[in-house]
Amino acid sequence: MGLLSPADQETLRESFAEMTSNVRVLFFSQTLDCESCLPTRQILDELPLLSDKIAIEEINFILEKEKAAQYGVDRVPALALLADNGDGTPHDSRIRFLGAPSGYEFISLVQALLLVGGRPSGLTDESRQKLEAVTTPMTVQVFTTPT
Amino acid sequence: MAFANEHITAYAVEATEFPDLVRRYRVSGVPKTVVDETVEILGALPQDAFIDQALQNR
Repeated sequence: MGLLSPADQETLRESFAEMTSNVRVLFFSQTLDCESCLPTRQILDELPLLSDKIAIEEINFILEKEKAAQYGVDRVPALALLADNGDGTPHDSRIRFLGAPSGYEFISLVQALLLVGGRPSGLTDESRQKLEAVTTPMTVQVFTTPT
Repeated sequence: MAFANEHITAYAVEATEFPDLVRRYRVSGVPKTVVDETVEILGALPQDAFIDQALQNR
């Protein structure tokens, strides 16, 4: 049973068709004490069916602490988006999602997939120039709710 | 922003799932953006204004 209506699937399929590079979604999860890990899995499972450019890799948060730390993940469910051009070295987009990507978060996830998949970011030249001032690590957390 | 600059990491956080983060960053409405644990941006802003606020300590 799919979570998306046939019409939504079609819309997404068309959007994803514009992707020029492959995206690998690292999905950090754990079996116990993670109510939203299964719903997250179910949402993510829909994506590769809509685009052969999207792959999901589930990573056990408990067993692979080192990998979680490498991607700045300290809780689950968490997603890290990588651009994967098939040269063996996926490029970390440094875009993360914490919590199940449902509701508005799903729309944000789709936008992020398209961005990492090659779509122009929508940043103006002026914004890009300003961002060049950032030369040391910077963390941006955007809090949202599903509704 | 994260995609444009390799020093920037961006987290989209589902607030209702993580009450500890909501408390720590005093999230009383969404969207709320926290930069480097200190700078707070409330609501959705135009790109220009958002970037200016996000970079105010840089």
